[in-house]
Amino acid sequence: MNVMTWVGAPSLEAVAITKRFDGFTALDGVSLKVRPGTVHALLGENGAGKSTLVKCVMGFHRPDEGAVLVDDHEVVIGNPRAAQRHGLGMVYQHFTLVPRMTVLENLVMARAEVPALIDWKAERKELAAFLRTMPFKVELDAPVATLAAGDKQKAEIVKQLYLQARFLILDEPTSVLTPDEADETLGLIRGMAESGRLSVLIITHKFREVMAFADDVSVLRRGRLVGSGPVGAHTPDTLARLMIGDAAVAGPAARAATPRSEIRLEVSGLRAEDDTGTPAVGGVDLQVRAGEIVGVAGVSGNGQVELVQVLAGQRPASAGTVRVHGEPYAATRAEMRRHKVFSLPEEPLKSACVPGMSVAENMAFRRFDQSPCARGGWWLDTRAVRAAAQALIERYRVKTTGPDAPIGTLSGGNVQRAVLARELSGDVAVLIAANPVFGLDFAAVADIHAQIVEARNRGAAVLLVSEDLDELLELSDRLVVMSRGAIVHETTPVSADLTVIGRCMAGH
Amino acid sequence: MTAILVPVAALAASLALFGAFVALIGVSPLDVYQLMYTGAFGSWFSWQNTLTRAAPLILTALCTALPAQLGLVVIGGEGALVLGALAAAATGLALEGAPAPVVVPAMGLAAMAAGALLIGGAGALRHGRGVNETISSLLLSYIAIAVLNHMVEGPLKDPASLNKPSTAPLADDYTIGTLPGMDVHWGLVVGVVCALAAWVLMRRTTFGFAARMVGGNPRAARMAGLPVGRLLIVTTALAGAMAGLAGMVEVAAVHGRANASLVAGYGSTGILVAFLARQNPLAVIPVAILFGGIGASGGLLQRRLGLPDASVLVLQGIIFVTLLASEGLHGRVRLPRLAKQPQEA
Ligand SMILES: Nc1ncnc2c1ncn2[C@@H]1O[C@H](COP(=O)(O)OP(=O)(O)OP(=O)(O)O)[C@@H](O)[C@H]1O
Ligand SMILES: [Mg+2]
Repeated sequence: MNVMTWVGAPSLEAVAITKRFDGFTALDGVSLKVRPGTVHALLGENGAGKSTLVKCVMGFHRPDEGAVLVDDHEVVIGNPRAAQRHGLGMVYQHFTLVPRMTVLENLVMARAEVPALIDWKAERKELAAFLRTMPFKVELDAPVATLAAGDKQKAEIVKQLYLQARFLILDEPTSVLTPDEADETLGLIRGMAESGRLSVLIITHKFREVMAFADDVSVLRRGRLVGSGPVGAHTPDTLARLMIGDAAVAGPAARAATPRSEIRLEVSGLRAEDDTGTPAVGGVDLQVRAGEIVGVAGVSGNGQVELVQVLAGQRPASAGTVRVHGEPYAATRAEMRRHKVFSLPEEPLKSACVPGMSVAENMAFRRFDQSPCARGGWWLDTRAVRAAAQALIERYRVKTTGPDAPIGTLSGGNVQRAVLARELSGDVAVLIAANPVFGLDFAAVADIHAQIVEARNRGAAVLLVSEDLDELLELSDRLVVMSRGAIVHETTPVSADLTVIGRCMAGH
Repeated sequence: MTAILVPVAALAASLALFGAFVALIGVSPLDVYQLMYTGAFGSWFSWQNTLTRAAPLILTALCTALPAQLGLVVIGGEGALVLGALAAAATGLALEGAPAPVVVPAMGLAAMAAGALLIGGAGALRHGRGVNETISSLLLSYIAIAVLNHMVEGPLKDPASLNKPSTAPLADDYTIGTLPGMDVHWGLVVGVVCALAAWVLMRRTTFGFAARMVGGNPRAARMAGLPVGRLLIVTTALAGAMAGLAGMVEVAAVHGRANASLVAGYGSTGILVAFLARQNPLAVIPVAILFGGIGASGGLLQRRLGLPDASVLVLQGIIFVTLLASEGLHGRVRLPRLAKQPQEA
């Protein structure tokens, strides 16, 4: 191995990459150059081909045409291990560390060759020394499950650096982070690039991050490169125009004044445990009226996920009651249908879809046992299922090769749209939403926010759990703060005091 | 595409391994395969033998393939078959004298109920108590075999059956005859119809849709408010009923009474068939015929080449292990235009 290529940040160039999936062209002759020691941002709307491009570079996909150059030498990368050998490392949007193992264990086990007998003491010492050379601070002996999202993301990055990545690819690394966590992480990465230790390619939907942390930016639209150059030559507006062309973006939805109305969703004394059996929701009382959006703010891991899962029927409550329209509600299919309860859970592919089933089938989850999808209540009319899906795909502009494509092949943002289409296309009385715009491009964010407000205007009771305070302040009629499994503060967006909210979120 | 390629490759690899095995004991692999072909599909006579053996295999394979749609691994088909056979024999004996059009269906229903109880029990344990269904179905299967032995050696023993304890023989008109023009009993039709029905159930009904949702992602199924527990229990019960029916077919078409020779390995071979068919009820039919053929050729191998009777079992074992080992290849083999789809990042 040539030592010279190891030290310092390499350049990376993708040359005329074309990738087709069964006749659908996901990438069409895309070329891109990341200069050594720079941070290069990759932008594009949902389904533009960003993930596909970096997967081609990392050897997950084999491009149909084109080449990858590292330090101006063509390299053939057949699989992620080979990418690792060339000093390329990738951090995924979803976490890949084993939650129950400590950071130390995770790092050691990730190495290409792990000795049969591990001398943990020596490994620990070596890793601690390695970490001292890094700007990132992570707790080596903490089980990954106990880390906050920002620290987990740092651990993921440290893992790549430990595996000797000199070129780092980050696929939407900040969508799970708070703005402060994102700034800190990106700042550290930028510092490493500036000191010539790393070159970085980062996929993001946030213009703010591009403007603040990137040197260069490239924009993809429908699989084609539509712009590339130094960030200084751009403004968020020019970038937005490059991303979506002249397509109109949904403006902020007008909030209809809704009269004070009856209580639709009532949660009292609700308790629930997390997967490990420790109490996560500790006596939550909440009321949501028809035509009202109640926002739930809080740092991730304070019981919001579990609360949403109980309400969506994915987790049993250990105590307390849930009432909808004044009747006890146990999230059975019949009750969901009678009370028109729908939900937009976090990580839709994992919690609301069956990846191997088709887009059409996934879109039918709410209605497959009703006419016209079912005849007589038991015979599945597959043609009706497809037709219904086709209509939704068009109405909600879901990008897919067709209703029969497995939903797992859709881009992250388009999975989200498909679920949204399924949950919001009908008559909604109660909507439970959790971080509904994670990983969506700005146009889609505006679109979905508008849809949620729209549902509220039509009289739906909306419970909106989000880690993005700005989103909550924009959409909510009422705002509560959740900390350590309990509601600790209540306010309205107009009278909200950010310092008080911040303090409550931090658990003081 | 790979869905077919991988099992076929696994099959080829195991044939090669088995070839090496017979070569080791000094027999030419080519002779063996030639003979196996003759014994399984070489003549009309061997075809009939093969099809007769395929009939119960289709049904026991469904016992594994149906729960697999929900993501369960059930391996208790042998026990359900045995219990079904016992129930069928007992019913036939208890109703002795009643007209056959009443008794034969009653035997079938009793057999299905017995199998459903056994495997549905494993499903209920899984749902209610979180007991692993693979282990429980296997253990329940042992219990079922013990029950059979107890009954034929005790309460139901025919005093005339001396060295092989059995129930009394069924009346002649309670047995299932052969298909017109051949020596294959009606059980084959029962099996094929059940496989088709299972396919329709899973692919074309709302029940199957719900089952596939549970199998694909239980969290998503819960979010849709599906009764996950009920789906689990009903599907396992149905699966048990299939294997139970296989037991009835064996009693009413082959043995004419219940005894220990019912424990002939149809249950365990059925697991293999289901896996090789990738749990697809339609694919179960040809695969069951293939394995019926392997079983049918065992006798010929023994007579002509002096290979031990168990050698076909060795082949089956090799196939199973190769198949399980190849499972990990799904989605990993790269065909020129078919690359792996990693998780969306
Ligand atoms: N394995 C696959 N089979 C078929 N089509 C695929 C496959 N992988 C991706 N696609 C399609 O390629 C297109 C680009 O997907 P990609 O995941 O690269 O989008 P993206 O730019 O990362 O979007 P997002 O911002 O939503 O993550 C999408 O239309 C998607 O449906
Ligand atoms: Mg993506």
